[in-house]
Amino acid sequence: MSAETQEDVERFRRRARSWIRANLEPAAAGASAGVLRNNSTDQEELAEVAHERELQRRLFDAGFAGICFPVAYGGRGLTPAHQLAFNEELTGHEYPVRLQAPTFSPCAAVILDFGTEEQKLRHLPAILRGDELWMQFLSEPGGGSDVAGAQTTAVRDGDEWVLNGSKVWTTGAWWSDWGLCLARTNWDVPKHRGLSVFMLPIHQPGVDVHRIEMLNGTKEFCQEFLTDVRVPDADRIGEVDDGWTVGIRWMFHERMLHNSPYVTVPAGDAHAGIGASSVLRVARDSGTLDDPWVQEMVGEARMLQLTTEALQQRLTEGMRSGAMSDQSAAIGRLFSGVVSTRTNTLAFEIAGAGGGAWTDDDAALADCGSDFLMRQVSTIGGGTTEMARNVISERVLGMPRERTLDRNVPFRDVPRGGKS
Amino acid sequence: MQLHLTPDAEFFRDTTAKFLSEHAAPAEIRRRRDDPAGFDTRYWELGAQLGWTSLLVDEEHGGGSLSGDGLADLTLVADEFGRHAAPGPLVPTSVVAGALSEFSADRQGELLAGMLAGTSIASWCHLEPRPNDGLDGLALEIRVDGPDVVLNGVKRPVESGARASHLLVSGRTGGGLTQVLVPAGTGGISMRPMHTVDLTRRFSEVAFRDVRVPADAVLGEVGGAGAQVERQLLQAVVVANAETVGAMQHALDMTLAWAFDRYSFGRPLASYQELKHRFSDMKSWVEAGHAISDLAAQAVSAGSPEGAELASAAKAFLGQYGPELLQDCVQMHGGIGLTFDHDIHLFLRRVALNRSLHGTPSQHRRRIASIMCGRIGAP
Repeated sequence: MSAETQEDVERFRRRARSWIRANLEPAAAGASAGVLRNNSTDQEELAEVAHERELQRRLFDAGFAGICFPVAYGGRGLTPAHQLAFNEELTGHEYPVRLQAPTFSPCAAVILDFGTEEQKLRHLPAILRGDELWMQFLSEPGGGSDVAGAQTTAVRDGDEWVLNGSKVWTTGAWWSDWGLCLARTNWDVPKHRGLSVFMLPIHQPGVDVHRIEMLNGTKEFCQEFLTDVRVPDADRIGEVDDGWTVGIRWMFHERMLHNSPYVTVPAGDAHAGIGASSVLRVARDSGTLDDPWVQEMVGEARMLQLTTEALQQRLTEGMRSGAMSDQSAAIGRLFSGVVSTRTNTLAFEIAGAGGGAWTDDDAALADCGSDFLMRQVSTIGGGTTEMARNVISERVLGMPRERTLDRNVPFRDVPRGGKS
Repeated sequence: MQLHLTPDAEFFRDTTAKFLSEHAAPAEIRRRRDDPAGFDTRYWELGAQLGWTSLLVDEEHGGGSLSGDGLADLTLVADEFGRHAAPGPLVPTSVVAGALSEFSADRQGELLAGMLAGTSIASWCHLEPRPNDGLDGLALEIRVDGPDVVLNGVKRPVESGARASHLLVSGRTGGGLTQVLVPAGTGGISMRPMHTVDLTRRFSEVAFRDVRVPADAVLGEVGGAGAQVERQLLQAVVVANAETVGAMQHALDMTLAWAFDRYSFGRPLASYQELKHRFSDMKSWVEAGHAISDLAAQAVSAGSPEGAELASAAKAFLGQYGPELLQDCVQMHGGIGLTFDHDIHLFLRRVALNRSLHGTPSQHRRRIASIMCGRIGAP
């Protein structure tokens, strides 16, 4: 759609508002509270996934799915400003939360950037309809931050590739459909030059999905063991051994995550973490709102939230216009991670003894303690803040790169710890 | 500062930047540390010609802005003030000129014209000693007495009070607020200079003891100035915020350059991961500072209902992270960063000053909490 015929943002916003109000339920109370809380059974979880697929389908049918995706692939071909308007109108309503990240960003974004026409037509409309949920097969047990050090191996066999190895930290792989997988296709060249990217169905023989129990009991994260998994060459994305070109954009889309224009999330929502409204609820339910120290802490949480949102807007705008490099996404990743841990600590502090021991009647205080134990998830998941700091200092500020021992040597000769 | 400026705005900003590089170089600022005024009249007049004093004044009263959004234009000047730790009463001049333009342009035409030309200084007497410090209430009393109003109380710190021909004083009348424009020579006013962390900004304590002025010196309504005082406070906060961000940006740039130049153990400081990571944190604070400061400026300028909360968020954020960043810049410089000859303290002074005026981070955090409680109807 050309700029001239495009619906203007305010008109779009009004249309979105009336559709949302007529078609979506209010968000469940406390839906965005807590840090990866374990509060539903597997059956309930599967029912929620099914409901979210259906929500996504309704968004698609109403013309509100893939707002920034090209029309040719089922999207609306509109601008990030339209997506932002939609997000603002969505606040306070249910939405398909599990379908957003990593399905829309980074996975669908990577397919859009690097997929062949055929691959895009096959997957993007299906994703926008809620038919395909995607996971990143990226991190490995042998290395989290050193993504390009992947050891999962793909060996060519005629028109197919045979994959072996293990991937980890896939959220909800047990109810997802497809994996975007980074694998090593050449061990005889330096690490960044021997990688390729594949798309594969998760539920197939040879893919063994294990659920990992986190310290708070949640079992959303998974580890996959790949044993002789056969992937057609047609499901390779990007060139053979040039997977890192894809990987760099992949990391970018991963850092954008909930701030990506491809992702639909209510504005002001805290993702996998605690926002200012949760902190306010904890203060209210602990009866401490008239304590000036508590007021300060509640105000700090809100200050951090507003500042994070303002920063993301600035970064998005800067990267879109070219005033900032794509590497600047790391600034948002660092800031929001640190803000999230701080906000979590504020809630725990306000909860007082209720943070250490609570009953089910304690309303917003309940589980503050468990949330606190899981606090670091926001500075680890999605790329650690240490990696973000490396990216900012080296790629944004131009400071000297860290010395590495894995450059310009064949990957098989790179020192590795453990048994491998 | 906004990422994208129109060519006009860029030209406007650049003109002030060049002027300040020439007239407010670090050596000049150091030289003025014992100057009783902190700046000379010629400097302020030239600045006024560049547009510094007119931005919150209506066109019909001789003011005018570049973009139609005077507060946004003013943040460009303030940002450059921060980058240069520049002298001059930018906040009080803007606030008072804006208030005169709105309420008293007909009666105070001469004063306003002088302020626009940079030849007259009027100061804003709003802040008071705690606990009623201008943010959590006011103690100065303004009483109606026949055809006059009578002022009793103390204002401090008052910027450029000693240089001002007029004082715009806020105070309490019964349950409401009142603002009065008082000639600085009126009987019953006594001033004494205060010490300050800044090298070129000057502050006074101003005591009002049965100070009597005719009632037509009141701006707006007696007892009905609450909203205008609040708006002025938000304007002051927005300008101070932009100044702080500019100072943070300059300090980061300076310190980054130092990290590349300075070698220890045969390596530049910039190559140490421990320092690289701290620079990354500082970069994130500066970008976040620009972002929240600009967003708040926009909301306050538009009179949006979110203005107060965003301005407080920006003030709380910059008040906390501005000095934090500057102190870390000092740390990265080592001992030389604590010397008078080094420039870094000029910027540390400015952000420390701005942190303390118009509400500390802690006060603004509580303001935010009370706004949130207002929204949900909690106590």
